[in-house]
Amino acid sequence: MADTPILKIKPIKGWVAIDLKELWHHRELLYFLVWRDIKVRYKQTILGATWAILQPFLMMVVFSLFFGKFMKVPREGIAYPLFSYAAILPWMVFSEGVTRSTNSVIQSSNLITKVYFPRLIMPLSSIISPLIDFGFAFLVFIGLMFYYGFPPSIKILLLPVFLLLALITALAVGLWLSAINVQYRDVRYTIPFLIQFWFFASPVVYSSTSLPKSWQLFYSLNPMVGVIEGFRWILLGTAPPGSLMIVSITIVLIMLISGAFYFRRTEKIFADVV
Amino acid sequence: MIRVEKLGKLYHIGEKTPYKTLREAITNIFTAPFKKLKNGLKSKEQSLSYIWALKNVSFQIKKGEVVGIIGRNGTGKSTLLKILSRITPPTEGYVEVHGRIASLLEVGTGFHPELTGRDNVFLSGVILGMKKAEIKEKFDEIVAFAEIERFIDTPVKYYSSGMYVRLAFAVAAHLEPEILLVDEVLSVGDVAFQKKCLGKMGDVAKEGRTVLFVSHNMPSIINLCQRALLLKAGRLEKEGSPKDVIQYYLDTVRSASGQIVWPELDKAPGNDIVRLQAVRILQEGIDGPTADVDISKEILIEMSYWNLREGTFLYPCIRLRDGVGTFILTSSNHKSISLTEDSWSGRAYPNGLFKSICRIPGNFLNEGLYSIGVVVGKDVLNTQILLEYLLSFNVHDTGEMRKEYLGSWAGPVIRPRLAWETVFLGNNEQ
Repeated sequence: MADTPILKIKPIKGWVAIDLKELWHHRELLYFLVWRDIKVRYKQTILGATWAILQPFLMMVVFSLFFGKFMKVPREGIAYPLFSYAAILPWMVFSEGVTRSTNSVIQSSNLITKVYFPRLIMPLSSIISPLIDFGFAFLVFIGLMFYYGFPPSIKILLLPVFLLLALITALAVGLWLSAINVQYRDVRYTIPFLIQFWFFASPVVYSSTSLPKSWQLFYSLNPMVGVIEGFRWILLGTAPPGSLMIVSITIVLIMLISGAFYFRRTEKIFADVV
Repeated sequence: MIRVEKLGKLYHIGEKTPYKTLREAITNIFTAPFKKLKNGLKSKEQSLSYIWALKNVSFQIKKGEVVGIIGRNGTGKSTLLKILSRITPPTEGYVEVHGRIASLLEVGTGFHPELTGRDNVFLSGVILGMKKAEIKEKFDEIVAFAEIERFIDTPVKYYSSGMYVRLAFAVAAHLEPEILLVDEVLSVGDVAFQKKCLGKMGDVAKEGRTVLFVSHNMPSIINLCQRALLLKAGRLEKEGSPKDVIQYYLDTVRSASGQIVWPELDKAPGNDIVRLQAVRILQEGIDGPTADVDISKEILIEMSYWNLREGTFLYPCIRLRDGVGTFILTSSNHKSISLTEDSWSGRAYPNGLFKSICRIPGNFLNEGLYSIGVVVGKDVLNTQILLEYLLSFNVHDTGEMRKEYLGSWAGPVIRPRLAWETVFLGNNEQ
């Protein structure tokens, strides 16, 4: 029995390292939790897939009507429905991811108090499951592109890069909020407001080029700016986000790493508090 | 092998909720300095809201040993298992575990009602620490063990509770860790299935696996375990052979006074709906509570409890066990269960103190040691308080049933008077 693993359980004090090896060891659990979320989501509501298509589509219709037609928001020479839908795609991934991951730890209190696994899996799995909705919504987008005579270019191959960035942004925010949410239960009530605020601070219904130059740097501190402008660039051929991306990526990485450490620091009390 | 060294866990038994609100936290930042000024030296009081759920616990478990942990509710048994399964970290001390460990603190961990039995086997299996390939390999065996082949593709929300438990346990029973931690899970399911599970547990033990087993079921501890640990108020009170430890435990539980009273409401067992006030054993002809009763007379179990939420439908219930912990009976004041009609049964309780009395008939129990546990439930089956082994009492044979037969009555748990009738069928052999 030379390979008998030895486990040492000791009091946990202060900051804790992020054990990537252990996360990797539990990858099947991550897979099954995502699988469960998707299966339950599409089983419980007959509308499941329809809803995933309808929600962004209706948003696009409303935005096109008010911001596009009545207010005539500058759209860099692109049909407004395409212009807004290209932003709604990553926005939904982000907002759904943040909302679900914030509640992820509390909602799985029955697991957390009964079985051990790396707790990071909870917020991680809840940002991944909205990807199916993204898939459906994206199919609609391809349809729209052809409808408006705007066939996708080769740049569409970069989609995974920006999608990943949207996911990581959602995870970074979700890590912070899910851990805070365990300790402070009123946090979840502030989420709808936070998401709404963030929505208007991101270039979903307008273009970031509408902002004065002097504001650009400050504006790009919001990592979703880089993600959304990136989506528009690869899907619609608008100006590439350029140097804004560097700021966005830096901010995201700082938030992600600090969020992961904060999560690890607080997770020891999860089982006692949830 | 498990080595536990001076293990301790400090819990905050805070005011109403263990968690705070951000709003409070922010206002605290501003008001805290003033509060400190106001309270001055009072800050010592705060340390009272902490409790050592475990303190200075040390023991070793050898490879292949099956060890039972016993003790009253709230003595740290579950905390110990939670620390060993890494659900919560200890406050002090350390544990060294050699070998893969799996814990079974609940039946059906990770089950989702919307998913089918098949889906749940995989989900629950992975959550409990199995690999997907491993579950695939054992899938048929798990389904056969649970005896639900026909319903494996039905969502578990349509399962009866028995089917649900069988499937959940079947998954757990096929875990193959080197060390298994089990908490009280055998107390569910029907008798036949319980036996099957006990058998499976016995097999696990025979295969040389290490098992740590928390239970109120003393006979199963005696049957399964080679050693037992007794926890009392977070400390390791005694360890040794299961028989010795259980005997010692029941002796210490036996309160000579025949009553247990919680004078302070906020320290009494319960929650913000109901709290216990006292439990007493009484008998006609004896002044006050008693731990020694006459076999031939009625035994009165009296429980007093506070209803703290206007309009709650409460019901009291007792649980009777014999000297080694065999569950003998449970009874409540529900209309169809009670022999007499209890005027408060099925009625909304106003706020206040209530006293319920359950009468165990005379000439029903055998002589010997018994223990009483109580339950207070809400609505139909919503347990609010459950305390096992709360009080124990001795039934003494006074000779009422001993006018003809003078031999030993040892063995049977109960000794009721039953109706007998003999008929002379004649002396003609044809």
